[in-house]
Amino acid sequence: MLELKNVSFSVQNESDKTEIIRDLSLKIAADRFTVITGPNGGGKSTLARLIAGIERPTAGRIYLNGEDITELGITERAKLGIGFAFQQPVRFKGLSVHDLLKLAAGKDLSVTEACGYLSEVGLCARDYIDREVNASLSGGELKRIEIATVLARKVSLAVFDEPEAGIDLWSFQNLIRIFEKMRSADKNRSIIVISHQERILNIADEIIVIADGRIQNQGKKETIMPQITGTDSAVNPCHKVM
Amino acid sequence: MKKMDEIQKRLFREIADLHELPVGAYNLRANSALAGRQTTPNIDIQSKTDKSGIDITIKPGTKRESVHIPVVLSESGITETVYNDFYVGDDCDVLIVAGCGIDNCGTQDSEHDGIHRFFIGKNSKIKYVEKHYGSGDGDGKRILNPVTEVYMEEGSTMEMEMVQIKGVDSTERTTVAELKENAKLIVRERLMTHGQQTAGSAYKIELNGDGSSADVVSRSVARERSYQKLDLCIIGNAECSGHTECDSIIMDEGRILAVPSLEANSTEAMLVHEAAIGKIAGDQLIKLMTLGLTEQEAEEQIINGFLK
Repeated sequence: MLELKNVSFSVQNESDKTEIIRDLSLKIAADRFTVITGPNGGGKSTLARLIAGIERPTAGRIYLNGEDITELGITERAKLGIGFAFQQPVRFKGLSVHDLLKLAAGKDLSVTEACGYLSEVGLCARDYIDREVNASLSGGELKRIEIATVLARKVSLAVFDEPEAGIDLWSFQNLIRIFEKMRSADKNRSIIVISHQERILNIADEIIVIADGRIQNQGKKETIMPQITGTDSAVNPCHKVM
Repeated sequence: MKKMDEIQKRLFREIADLHELPVGAYNLRANSALAGRQTTPNIDIQSKTDKSGIDITIKPGTKRESVHIPVVLSESGITETVYNDFYVGDDCDVLIVAGCGIDNCGTQDSEHDGIHRFFIGKNSKIKYVEKHYGSGDGDGKRILNPVTEVYMEEGSTMEMEMVQIKGVDSTERTTVAELKENAKLIVRERLMTHGQQTAGSAYKIELNGDGSSADVVSRSVARERSYQKLDLCIIGNAECSGHTECDSIIMDEGRILAVPSLEANSTEAMLVHEAAIGKIAGDQLIKLMTLGLTEQEAEEQIINGFLK
């Protein structure tokens, strides 16, 4: 169970202070698939980064399974079972896809095991296992590898920041399948996805709408979906996939 | 022939991955003396009579053979200049492994300056691997100043892998090459400096024949207070293609000067240079930390990958 209590986050510019998250509180149960949506610039990605420890709140506390993790760094949170998939995957000169998956798994992975994770994300493993995670890979390929690094970790809380950004329609179908499989594979794992894709929202247990740094709406999919369909918070895949 | 001690064996392992005597031709040099030599029907090794060094002669048509010529210094205060010449016949396909390891626990400087010249015959393919390594905690410096000259005949290919990752206090590397028609040179250099080390690496590659090409990629990391100067020059005198890439990570108080230069003396010469110096990207550290690595572990993985 993840709990945020009165969390705020602001950035100080030269002259003024911008509040990105404002006194936000929420609870996410252990077995839930939660999609966080809302208009661009509303604070969704910042919230994801606060959960992973990449940013620290300026006020409020964050708890994971009852433990206060507010002061813990990225590494410590990762060790507690928080996984994070970046919206813009990072490139590494010299590190191969196999190296990255090994680091993610925290152990030596056989080629067969590593290929298993790549196949999950729809990459023909043989073609990719020895490729460098560098600029020679397309945005979509990097994105799928990024998701594979989260699959290779045995996390109890997986956070995906706009996983569909930059991937094609075929991968999009595959992405939905990955999330469904992740959910059925471990009932105790909670998955948080930042997205405004209608099809991702459709597989959610819960939807949280964030706008202007605050929770605007929250509840079961069945309740929230009718309210947001057709708005910026729930777009159809042909719309905003790129 | 002297028997090798444990330090010498360790140095041989570091620079040439030698756990036992290599298969094929070899010449092992330890503390300025011969520590082992083997020739094959196709590869001959002779000591020079006028100065220190050896002549390695590879018969035309020699394929799938290897020559190892590593050097180690484990006594403090040795200064030596060694001249090794490789005469490679036409149509060969051979692996050459060189390299130098210095262990200096004493107070006097130890220096090995290896001057290697390669005369590569027509259509021959050579893979050359050279590793430099230093260890020992004495005040005496470990100095290596290698000079590599490569003369390539028509249609020949030379792939050079040059690695200096640890422990060499001061190095001035000079590599010059002249290529005839359709000759191809590929260089992959990996360099890491730390402490107060200084390293200079200069390349001057002349593409003289039509269809000749060179691809030089240098990746380096300067840590702590070390200094590097990378000087990559390609001269195109014919219808040729040349590419150099100089990619460096700078850390702590390290300093790097990259001096790329291209000279085209023919309108048909296509020459490209890329250079980048920067610190490790914050996003790279964060990504690896979200996988459970500490910041220090993340940094090590990024550097290891970069220099792989």
